[in-house]
Amino acid sequence: MPGMPPDPPERPKFLAASLISGAMVMGGCTVDGLTFLAPGGPVARSELSHFTTITAVSLIAIVPVFLLLPVLLWRYRLRGGHGAYRPKWDYSRPLELAMWGVPVAIVCVLGWHLMRNAFELDPYRSIDPGTPPLRIEAVALNWKWLFLYPDHGIATVDRLAVPVGVPVEFRLTSDTVMQSFMVSALAGQIYVMPGMETYQYLLADTAGDYVGRNTQYNGPEFAGQSFVLSAVDETAFGAFIEEARTSGLALDAATYARLALPSDGADAAQALGLGEGQAILFKSIPDEFFTSLVQRYMNGAAMQDWAQPGAPGFRLPQDPSPEVPNAGASAP
Amino acid sequence: MNEFFGRLSWEAMPFAKAIADPSTSNLIGAGAASLVVVAGLALVILLTLKGYWRPLWSGWLTSLDHKRIGVMYIVLALVMLARAVIEGALMRLHHAVALDGQGFLSAEHYAELFSTHGTIMVFFVAVPFVTGLMNIVVPLQIGARDVSFPLLNSISLGLTAAGAALVMISLVVGEFSTGGWSGYPPYTGRVFSPGVGPDYWIWAITLSSIGTTLSGINFAVTIYKERAPGMTFMRLPMFVWTALCSSILMVFALPPLTAATLMLALDRYASFHFFTNDLGGNMMNFANLFWLFGHPEVYLLVLPAYGVFSEVFSTFSGKRLYGYRSLVWATMAIAILSFTVWVHHFFTMGGSPYLNAVFGAATMLIAVPTGVKVYDWMATLYGGRIRFGVPMIYGIGFLVLFVIGGLTGIQLANPTISFQVHNTLFLVAHFHNVLLPGVLFGMLAGYTFWFPKVFGFRLVESWGRAAAFFWFAGFSLVFLPLYAVGLMGMPRRSYSYDVPGYQPWMIVSAIGALFVLSAMAALVIQLVVSIRRRADLAVPAGDPWDGRSLEWSIPSPAPDWNFAVVPQVEDRDEFTRRKEAGIIDAERPVYADIALPRNSVQGIGHAVVGTALGFALVWQIWWLAALAVLAALALVIGRSFQTDTLRVIPAKEVEADDQAFRRLCRGTQAVGRLDETSDRNRGLALPEGAA
Repeated sequence: MPGMPPDPPERPKFLAASLISGAMVMGGCTVDGLTFLAPGGPVARSELSHFTTITAVSLIAIVPVFLLLPVLLWRYRLRGGHGAYRPKWDYSRPLELAMWGVPVAIVCVLGWHLMRNAFELDPYRSIDPGTPPLRIEAVALNWKWLFLYPDHGIATVDRLAVPVGVPVEFRLTSDTVMQSFMVSALAGQIYVMPGMETYQYLLADTAGDYVGRNTQYNGPEFAGQSFVLSAVDETAFGAFIEEARTSGLALDAATYARLALPSDGADAAQALGLGEGQAILFKSIPDEFFTSLVQRYMNGAAMQDWAQPGAPGFRLPQDPSPEVPNAGASAP
Repeated sequence: MNEFFGRLSWEAMPFAKAIADPSTSNLIGAGAASLVVVAGLALVILLTLKGYWRPLWSGWLTSLDHKRIGVMYIVLALVMLARAVIEGALMRLHHAVALDGQGFLSAEHYAELFSTHGTIMVFFVAVPFVTGLMNIVVPLQIGARDVSFPLLNSISLGLTAAGAALVMISLVVGEFSTGGWSGYPPYTGRVFSPGVGPDYWIWAITLSSIGTTLSGINFAVTIYKERAPGMTFMRLPMFVWTALCSSILMVFALPPLTAATLMLALDRYASFHFFTNDLGGNMMNFANLFWLFGHPEVYLLVLPAYGVFSEVFSTFSGKRLYGYRSLVWATMAIAILSFTVWVHHFFTMGGSPYLNAVFGAATMLIAVPTGVKVYDWMATLYGGRIRFGVPMIYGIGFLVLFVIGGLTGIQLANPTISFQVHNTLFLVAHFHNVLLPGVLFGMLAGYTFWFPKVFGFRLVESWGRAAAFFWFAGFSLVFLPLYAVGLMGMPRRSYSYDVPGYQPWMIVSAIGALFVLSAMAALVIQLVVSIRRRADLAVPAGDPWDGRSLEWSIPSPAPDWNFAVVPQVEDRDEFTRRKEAGIIDAERPVYADIALPRNSVQGIGHAVVGTALGFALVWQIWWLAALAVLAALALVIGRSFQTDTLRVIPAKEVEADDQAFRRLCRGTQAVGRLDETSDRNRGLALPEGAA
């Protein structure tokens, strides 16, 4: 594991975690940056540690099945088995107590871990209340992600950079069907729904590139809807912001509408007039843009198909249509 | 003309698609459609040439006999299983080569495949298999002549078959949903999926869910009301207990599904806003209703499998079931707890940690009664004389593989672990890990175990064993690798992937799919070989496995009226008690006339009308929909004018049949358990200990 985690995990858990990741790597696969088996931050690391604890405790009830079953089958087989035949035996109080008691005890232990963990790793819980988080607003589209940096006034598509060691607050919504946002190596997933906001806090304490993606099926290009989150030092992060400010496009209603057409990131770049392999960066974003996208579903009026990104009937505003799509895309 | 056929046009045929664009994906689609059409035509021709239409009509389609209805349920399940297994295998083979967008299936075709595969496996394989087995076994085990409502039973089958027919029609006309078996809006809403796919899904599920609700009512009432004298609740065979809990789950769990699909239909057809993005629609309400059904559904399926294994472990160990009371309490506990955990299917919606913690802990609680069951079964083996017949082999495979599913279930019960592996192939591996070793192995064990009771001959052991081992190898190779790629973050429902590290696992999984296909082939061969050798495999004396409950006390095949005389029950293992007490030969039964329900066209009628209504609604052919509704009403009204609904079997005929059976038993050579699987087994068991 590169870098030193700020909060060293307990040794046995760490060992178990290494074993699992080790087995995966030997199985012919790289997991770095891809999954919580090689965590890049405290949230995923705690999730992995919880995973190994739960597994270890559960094995107390499961291993005996694997050990006892062959013995029973061998000893009591009809042909040549040596066990005594007791056809009427069907109850034993001590055995009964053990059969109910042991699982209850195990589930109590597991349940306690579960509850504690559910609160500690609540995705809505800020990681380090002392440090103001980097705010990122994510908008799920078909089949790409628009990331807004409201504090820096820039935006990107399918590309994220965050400074190492700084807590990040994701505020998420969808401007099409429901999706699910996950950067496995840093934190778990959270649903992303139109007309609603969800949150995910995470922190990368190890520099590197982490794969993020939508995990909720949303159409033919779903398989490719992934992005890279780069955890970089402050200088590189500053350069990233600067790059967007200098070479980015302006995000306005017309640009957003073109972006919202069904396409993957590469096709969207082409639609916006960018060259092949060129990243989509925006140097400016309209005020309260994210809020307006959430609100456009909440204004008490029906939305036509052509105003809903991701719908087969979705049209660009400049296309011949009876009226301008309401709110949202053209609000600012 | 356009108006006349609603939305239906020539372009809806997959043949037209394949001609316009002959890609591999489209050719597979057209091939599958041709297969359905050709198989359908071949069936019609065969029935006509052989003159089987009349026996099929009067002996099966219109029969209200619970055993025949059960057989038809299972035939439906096996036919649909064949299709869904092939679909699953196609997906696994595709994934073996699908790195970086390669592979032979298009994204849309892959999406249709995972949607039909899931929908079929849950609603048209697992549910009909379970219902079919309950149909055959429950009345026989409780000493009843039929279910409480035989006509309703036939209509339930008809509605389920109508749903299955719609899914099959979608293969030939139009396309199926791409929204998965759970059909989450807004993706499946009108705005985002304006085609006919989700409509096929909605109406297939709605029809079958109504059929299943009615089945639940029927079996709960049957078990409450039709038990033989002396059969108290604590003397019910374990399978009947699980069937009872399963029926109760059907009654309470299916209505939320029916409501959810109908609400989605209102959204799609009448511009309602239950689950839309705008005007206050909320897609999580659909998830809520769907899983309020969906979670009890898994237990509704797996409990009867537990029941089968309880019978199998006890019978094939030649001893009483260990911990009967514990097993009953565990079954009831699971049935009740199954209604308290549904939120764990969407821990990731951003609910509060209080909500997630409570539902996570409730989910873990289910591990307690499930664990108790596993240990009770092992204690049943302890002190037994274990024979490794095919049902027992499935039982052993179940114990070994199911606990792995239990382990991953415990892991998934944790909201924080769910955050990581939800929507990945880890989840897919988990639910296949409980549904295959649990439900499917249980149903196949039950199929092998009770087959002789229905048809009068055993299934050959050799091919049965081959099938079981192919299933074990196939399951393990297909699904254990999916745990690994799931942990590595591979999302479910993606037709392609760009991480080379996934591919070796996918290749192993594809090899496993070949084993599963071999298992299916072995099952078919087993059936064909057994039918050919039926004279050698016949067990007319009715008790091939030294059975313990009442169904083994009657002839194989069971007569229409099941029991010549309604039995008086004194013990949990009533037939074993009778054999040990040696009272069977001493019995001097008093026979009486038996009234049985006459055949009825209602079941098949509602199947046809239901299919027509569904098809009409999918394609918005409104005159046909109206006609179908009127026909359904006509059927119901017509039935109310039928007063002569029972036929009477005279006491003399019952007596003649029963005495002939007793003579046959006296003239049959009893066999010990060592000879159980040899042709010497004619269905009369030597008392245990003489083996």
